[in-house]
Amino acid sequence: MAVETKHKCNVGLTGNSAVAYAMKQINPDVVAAYPITPSTTVMEEFSSYVADGAVDTELVTVESEHSAMSACIGAAAAGARVMTATSSQGLALMWEMLYIAAGMRLPIVMACVNRALSAPLNIHCDHSDSMGARDSGWIQLYSETVQEAYDNIIQAVRIAEHEDVLLPVMVCLDGFITSHSIENLCLIDNDKVKGFVGEYKPNQPSLLDVEHPATYGAVALPDSYIEARRQQSEAMKLAKDVITDVGKAFEKVSGRSYGLMEKYRMDDAEVAMVILSSAAGTSKVAVDEMRKRGAKAGLIKPRVFRPFPYLEIGEALKNIKAVAVLDRADSYSSFGGPLFTEIRSGLYEFDKRPKIIGRVFGLGGRDYGVHDALAVFEELLRIKDTGKVDKLFDYITVRE
Amino acid sequence: MADYIEIRWHGRAQQGIVTAAKVLAEAALSEGKYVQAFPEFGPERMGAPVRAFNRISSEPIRLHGQVANPSIVLIADPTLIGTVDLAEGTSDDAVFIVNTPKPPDEMRKKLSLNKKAKVFTLDASAISIECIGRHIPNTPMLGALAKATGVIQVNAVINDFRENYSKKYSQKVIEGNLSAIRKGFEEVKEG
Repeated sequence: MAVETKHKCNVGLTGNSAVAYAMKQINPDVVAAYPITPSTTVMEEFSSYVADGAVDTELVTVESEHSAMSACIGAAAAGARVMTATSSQGLALMWEMLYIAAGMRLPIVMACVNRALSAPLNIHCDHSDSMGARDSGWIQLYSETVQEAYDNIIQAVRIAEHEDVLLPVMVCLDGFITSHSIENLCLIDNDKVKGFVGEYKPNQPSLLDVEHPATYGAVALPDSYIEARRQQSEAMKLAKDVITDVGKAFEKVSGRSYGLMEKYRMDDAEVAMVILSSAAGTSKVAVDEMRKRGAKAGLIKPRVFRPFPYLEIGEALKNIKAVAVLDRADSYSSFGGPLFTEIRSGLYEFDKRPKIIGRVFGLGGRDYGVHDALAVFEELLRIKDTGKVDKLFDYITVRE
Repeated sequence: MADYIEIRWHGRAQQGIVTAAKVLAEAALSEGKYVQAFPEFGPERMGAPVRAFNRISSEPIRLHGQVANPSIVLIADPTLIGTVDLAEGTSDDAVFIVNTPKPPDEMRKKLSLNKKAKVFTLDASAISIECIGRHIPNTPMLGALAKATGVIQVNAVINDFRENYSKKYSQKVIEGNLSAIRKGFEEVKEG
């Protein structure tokens, strides 16, 4: 349901409503979409803004997600500010176009409402969809709450369009858990959002800029392909500082600060968990409970997964005794989920580093509760005391 | 662990319990509370058992898992008794509010609840047919919830409904629902 403009700083919205509202405030030139559960209501609500004339956006309804991303790519190459949303199989069907969007350096912003991949068919939350796209060249931001989803969408526009970056950004929020839950949030005034994202002036000649003819998506043979990819890699490296700077600028308009990660009670922590998105909130309740019991527990919630802030996370973890990395996706390496392997790899740079375990949890929307997080912390305390890891990689929240 | 109230709604699809959880959250939010409202999603079939959940707190709510231990359970359809575990995860002194013309004592027996449980009943179906002309027992249940628990003020529910739904529904539907909320508040019985 569309929100009224009054009482803006304390409204109750679902994650998807908040994303649609942010899109309304951003007023992109083109949105192309093929709705899929659980991202559907983003487009449902945004299309009502289009129908009501609340935005100037050209909404392109297409026949598949592959076409949706193709239309986004075409429009972005033509010089438009472009947004879309999808989930799960929809993201999977976009696959080849994701790489093209990134390779053509098009600053498209997409909400990815995280959902499990088939088979078996499942509409509920896990991170298999976005984690599978981790090598596609998109920047990835993960959101714990409705507020963060809203804030990340607005910041994503500035990050994507920054001249040092020019890469597409995927803003992830947990399907149903965040997308369909009503939570309190503070909306930012229209004028402030407008000022923050600014007017879009493409940093590179666009297809419709006839004064400066340009070719997009040309063939690049062995004499030039790797240079294009190298530039893309450099842009991703630079994105880290841009994300930090945009977070600081965002604090000035919103009062809410954002960086590469959130550290929760880490100052004197001896055991710590690393976990993404909504489950981080549940785990913070467990951290508080462990502290009450006298255990020095802490938590790190990476906000940015691409580019991966391996040095920053390594710095934050190097003095911890035992760390658990929880993945809401498996990469079927039989060694651990994507977040686990990257963090473990990042820690290799440090002479002193913690014992570390990887746990896959909550696939296909399996509930992850405070008791699950507490059990992980109890295991970390045992590892801290004995110095011994029984199982490097395992599943939790599973019936066996 | 934390200072919040957890509520679980039971009903059948199309009885409006997802909307009820939403209205409750909005009303609590208007009283300055932190809220969550979320449905349990499954295959969407009219008449299938559905659940919806609320958390209400004076502090920001970090928890994002399912509501496993509700202190308040609202049952919008008495035919669910015996088919769904309606008391699952509740403590001995939980509050149950049941849509039924039958007295609370009979519901206590049917739900196999002990003496500490607080059981309330109201004929929300009859109220909704009388006030709205349709069998959507959600708004009388909200009135009953306000009376039985004080988790929300009845006026907050009434004001929220009038303010947020006037654009969506006709004046007649709004007024009908407001009377249904009031009647639910007045007619709920404790046993």
